[in-house]
Order: sequence, then C-alpha cells, then structure tokens
Amino acid sequence: MNLDFSAEDLAFRDEVRAFIAESYPASLRGKQDEGDELAKEDFLSWHQVLAKKGWVAPAWPVEYGGTGWSSTQRYIWSEETARADCIRLMPFGLAMVGPVIYTFGTPEQKAHFLPRILSGEDWWCQGYSEPGAGSDLASLRTKAVRDGDDYLVTGQKTWTTMAQHADWGFFLVRTDNDVKMQEGISFLLIDMKSPGIEVRPIITLGGEHEVNEVWLDNVRVPISNRVYEENKGWTCAKFLLAHERVGIAGVASSKRGVEKLKAVAMTEMEGDRSLLANPFFRRKVAELEIDLAALEYTELRTLAGMAAGKNPGPESSVLKIKGSEIQQRLTELTLEMAGHYGAPYFRGFGEGDNEHPIGQEWANRAAPTYFNARKTTIYGGSNEIQRNVIAKMVLGL
Amino acid sequence: MDLSTTETQGMLRDTLSRFLADTYTFDARQKMIASPEGRDPGIWRALSSELGLTCAPFSEELGGMGGGAIENQIMMEEFGKVIAIEPWLQTVVAGGGALVAAGGPLAEATIPAIIAGDCVIAFAYAEPQGRYNLADIGTTAKKDGAGYVLNGHKGVVYAAPWATHLLVTARTGGGRRERDGVELFLVDAKAKGISRRDYPTVDGFRASEVYFENVAIPGEALLSGGIDLIERVADECTVAVCAEATGISRAMLAQTVEYTGQRKQFGVPIGKFQVLQHRMADMLVEAEQIASMALMGTLRLDAEKDARKAAVSMVKAKVAKSIRFIGQSAVQTHGGIGITMELAIGHYFKRATMIEGQFGSADHHLERFEALTYTA
Repeated sequence: MNLDFSAEDLAFRDEVRAFIAESYPASLRGKQDEGDELAKEDFLSWHQVLAKKGWVAPAWPVEYGGTGWSSTQRYIWSEETARADCIRLMPFGLAMVGPVIYTFGTPEQKAHFLPRILSGEDWWCQGYSEPGAGSDLASLRTKAVRDGDDYLVTGQKTWTTMAQHADWGFFLVRTDNDVKMQEGISFLLIDMKSPGIEVRPIITLGGEHEVNEVWLDNVRVPISNRVYEENKGWTCAKFLLAHERVGIAGVASSKRGVEKLKAVAMTEMEGDRSLLANPFFRRKVAELEIDLAALEYTELRTLAGMAAGKNPGPESSVLKIKGSEIQQRLTELTLEMAGHYGAPYFRGFGEGDNEHPIGQEWANRAAPTYFNARKTTIYGGSNEIQRNVIAKMVLGL
Repeated sequence: MDLSTTETQGMLRDTLSRFLADTYTFDARQKMIASPEGRDPGIWRALSSELGLTCAPFSEELGGMGGGAIENQIMMEEFGKVIAIEPWLQTVVAGGGALVAAGGPLAEATIPAIIAGDCVIAFAYAEPQGRYNLADIGTTAKKDGAGYVLNGHKGVVYAAPWATHLLVTARTGGGRRERDGVELFLVDAKAKGISRRDYPTVDGFRASEVYFENVAIPGEALLSGGIDLIERVADECTVAVCAEATGISRAMLAQTVEYTGQRKQFGVPIGKFQVLQHRMADMLVEAEQIASMALMGTLRLDAEKDARKAAVSMVKAKVAKSIRFIGQSAVQTHGGIGITMELAIGHYFKRATMIEGQFGSADHHLERFEALTYTA
C-alpha cells in the first residue's frame, strides 16, 4: 500500500494538465468566470472536446469506448479537472444510462446508443421520480401498455433534470400491475421528440431552471427500446443507482471548493483579522476539511475494491450520505462568509446587465448555490433512503 | 498509488484474528484483568516467540519480516476487535518505532529482544501538568560524566507494571515547555531510584505513576532526535490507536446490530424500528470514516514532518469524534444493559472513550492542524 504516483502517473498528470490548458473551450471558461448561466452548447462544447480526444468516458470498459485507465489515472483525472475548474459533464448519458446499456442492452442497442452518448449527439434525461413516487420509487404509476410492436406510455414524471434539452430519456414504467411493485417495472428508452410528450419547467429556489415535469400521453415507444427483460427494469434501476452514488460523492470538486473557501477566508477581513483567523469560523473550516479527507479515503477504498473486481454495492450509500452533507456544508460556509452580500439577487437584473458586480464576485452566487445544494441530500435516493439501504443491505436489519 | 494489501499482510491478519478468537473471549479477558498481574503473560509469549508476530513491523536486518506501519495497523485493528490489553502499542509501536528511528547499537541490541518477547516497554511521556503538550516536561536528565541522572514524575504510564524498560522523555536543558532540550531515553525499568504507584485503568490496562529519584543511566540510553523524534513516535502511536479504534468501532456496531435482532419490545425485535436502523446506519458511516482515517494516517506517516503532523491531527480529530458517537450510540441502543459490567459492549465503550483522549483530544488535534495549515 502506498500513495505515491509512479513516473508514468506523473507523466500522465502532466499530459492531462497540458491537454486541459490547451483544449478547454475559451468561451465556456469566460462564461464560468463571469458567473453566467451555461447553455446546452456550453455543456456540449467540453463534452465534444473530450469525445474527440477519447477521454469522455473513463469509467466505461475499453470495448465500448472507455479509456482503460488505471484507478490511479482516474483519480488523477478527477483531481486535475476539478483543479482546473472544468465543468462536470452531464451524467445522464455517460454515468447512468450508458452503463445500463452496456451491461443489460441488446447488441443493437449498444451499437446504436453508446457511440451517440460518447459523441454527445444525444442528450439524455432521467425519467424516474413521479409526483406520487419519490423515495418510494417502486410505487411509480406511469404505465406502458403493449400495442403491436410498441408500448403506449402514459403518466407523469417529475424532477427531470435538463429535460428541456434532452433528445432521449430513460424511463421506469409499470408494465404489470398484478405483481409485487418491484416486479412489474420495465426500463424504456424514449425519444423525447415523440408525439405526446410535454416538458414543463420547474423553477427552483436559486431561480434556476434545472428540473422539469415530463407529461406522457399515449407516447408510442418501440418494444425494441426496452432494456433488459420486461418487468425486470428494477434490476437496471438499482444497478444505476449504485453507480450513480459513487460519482455523487464529488470528492475532487469539494476539495477544490474547500481550497477556494480558504483562499477567500484568508483575504476577507473582519476588523483587523482575516475570517480564517476567527477561531470560530476557522474551526468550522477545519472540521469540513477533515470530514472531506475521511470521505476521500473512503472513496479510495471503494475504488480499490472496484479495481479488485468488487461491484459498488450498498457501501456506496456511505459515499452518498457523506458526500452530499459535505457539499451542503461548503455552501453554508460560503454563504456565512458572504455576510450582507449574500442578499443581492442577480437574476432580478434581467439579461445583459453590465452594472454589476455588487459586492465581491465570489459572493454573488453564494445564496442561490446554498439554496440549490439542498437538493444533494434529497436526490439520488434521499439520505434517509440511503440509511434504509445500509440498514437492510449492509447490516441485515 | 496502491491500496491493496499483500498476501503476507493478509496472512498476518488471519493468524492474529484466529489466535485472538480462541484466547480473547470476553470471559477470558475479564479473568486476565482480574488476576493479580492484570494480564496473561502467556499471550505475549505466544504472540512473540510462538506465532512470531512481533517481527512483522521490523526490517529484515533487525530480524524482522520487513514490514512497518501497515503491519502495526493490521495488528492494532485486530486487537481492537477483542479489546485486547496487550502492550503492543507501547512495546512495538512506541518502543520499536523510537528505536528504529534512532538506530545505533541500542536499537540493534533491543529490537531482537522485542521480537523474542523478552523486552516489554512502557512509554512514559505524560506528566501531571503537561496535558497533551509533549514539550511540557519537568523531568530532568542531567549530564553526569558519560551518563545522565533522571529526576521527575511521569503520569499514567500504561503497561509500566509489566515493563522491562521505560521509554522516557526528559529535559537535558531549556525551560518548561521549550522544545529545545527535550530528549528520549530507554531506561531499565528496574534501575535504582525508580519507584511506581501501580493501578488499574478504566479500560482494563494497568498503569503507573512513575517517580525518578537520582536515577543514573548510561549515555547509550539516549535515543537522539529530540522533540522531533518524540513527536514522530507519538504520531505513530496516534495512528495505531486509530487503527485500534477501527476494530473497536466495527465490533461495537456488530454487537449492537446483533442485540437489536434479539431484544424484543412492543412485540418485535427493536432492530425493526427505523429510528434505530438509522442510528446504526450512521454508526456504520462513522465506522467507515474511522477506517478511512486510520488508513490515511498509516500511509502519511512517512510524509515530510509538518505534512505528517497535519495529517495525523486530521485523523485523530475525526476518529475521536466518530468513536464517541459510535460508543454512545451503542450504549444507548442497548439500553440499561449497556451500562452494566455484565455485557462486553460497555467495556468496548470504556476503551473507546480512553482512545478519544490518548495522544491528544479532538480539540488538541484540531488546534495543531489549524496552526500547521491555516497561516492567515
């Protein structure tokens, strides 16, 4: 056991750094620096650069377009992209439906969808939650009825992130009402341009349009777009959630966040001392940093287990719980740091306003980011559900 | 970067784990503690000369198996699972670690004796007034010809009643709390002028107040390295008790889960109640954080001095808080039976609680971490 990077690892790190410096889209960098809202093409611009390089899906098996990197190289990759403030790629294709398709899909599904996920040609969204099926996901009621070679899908999904941009969605639908809840669910890939689909925005507390309602009214979906067997969709759903939870910890980006927090707290003055010299604030930063180190090593242990052939199991719930709590704590402390200047609401200014900044630039998004981050302990299976998973699957209670 | 263990390390764990499962049942442990000596010396004999485990963390030149901190981590974790009261921390981690770091003829002579099981060491670093400051030392070591003369009082020296040697911090110069002038000595526990008041500790060990009155020791007893060496040894010990904490936490969780499956109230096993399930899930989360921190500490012991100290303080600050949560939750979940001497869980809780403060509390380590990291 050791933490040392080999000469090859160090060379890889240099290569990654040089690549990011050279290839990260300049317009995207500019918008990030200004704190502007990112559009679909902004997300896609970095995705496409990576796709061209062959680095867009490091976690995938090589045969489907993965990089074949060692776990150390993947660690370096996430560290370096966070360090350079690269945006996080949309996970719905790359981290969610992609692995489901290459694990459970037919040869035709793999051949059609996987290359388009890699290239960014298809933008994906996730049709899981419903108004009446949140934590109790298996009680979902959106139904799919067979009609010849198709299913007709009717129902309502909600909290569908970025559905307003999506070309395709993966949906959990009920195909059998007469069996145990989990046993009557199927996993469908649905073209979001199909007739009968309507996407309605939901605006969240920071003023952002991230999530949507998706209404489906007799939407025709070919049976060939079902992944895995009929009524076995819950298997795909659980597999996807376990994979999602590993990535959800966000260790590298939280590390970058703590670094930024400390840098600001060191220059932000409170009387004649910096905020970081205030023993009460400093203690909170220290404890956050320590919790994050513990999470980082927990993730490293999980990744080492995966490298040794273990699938991420219910233990990934530990990563989700701690990772989300730490992300929230980071936004709390940033907002505390902003003081009075947490209050100005920049969305109220309308488009094209050049008068700001009011207050410090880092403080501009402190409150909206804090409000937005309340989602982290709710999504991906709320943290209470994660505790149920641990109790049942790990502790056998 | 590589977090896998070797086959030899796996065998080491298995061997110790099997041995402890046979010898360290809860009843056997309570008998050892109640005996006049407060331990079963046959177990130390078995660990060293019979099973050869004492050689695991030492280099091959010194008669060891070429291991180090990772081997100590494995041993301490397994000891934690049965709340063993063996003087591994004091003898192998502190004594062995100090000797390896200092090197020289004393190390070459003493380490083989540790491996053989003939040398048992107690680490006499604390003093009544010093709290967790390793440099707050009133014990003096006055140069006297080629040797030194020791005078002073060392407090709560775990395993001192069992020790053949004492690893003592003392001042050769400088004023109280000054870093300069603090040195480390390995002293024959039977040297003339040493007296002890022995007592049991709440967590099952034996310890002593140790008094030095004009104790003449040879010049070779000095392990040169000063306060830097002492801090290094204390850091190695800190990480070792965090590894012990890993074993203790997992055992407390497992016992709590088992108990809640048996204990019935309102007609059902209490483990069916979600409020208890979530508490136990949180115990698991914290136990995993302890395991992660013990690993981080182990792997960071070789880092440059300040980086090592910062990392070890992160580790101890987290472990102290997490193990308090796990211990208190385990007792609460057991209910009244959890605060009796009858069940093992309370005894795990007592050792866990002493680990919180051993080699520095959470507050002490947070402060050291902040001082090293946040130069604002």
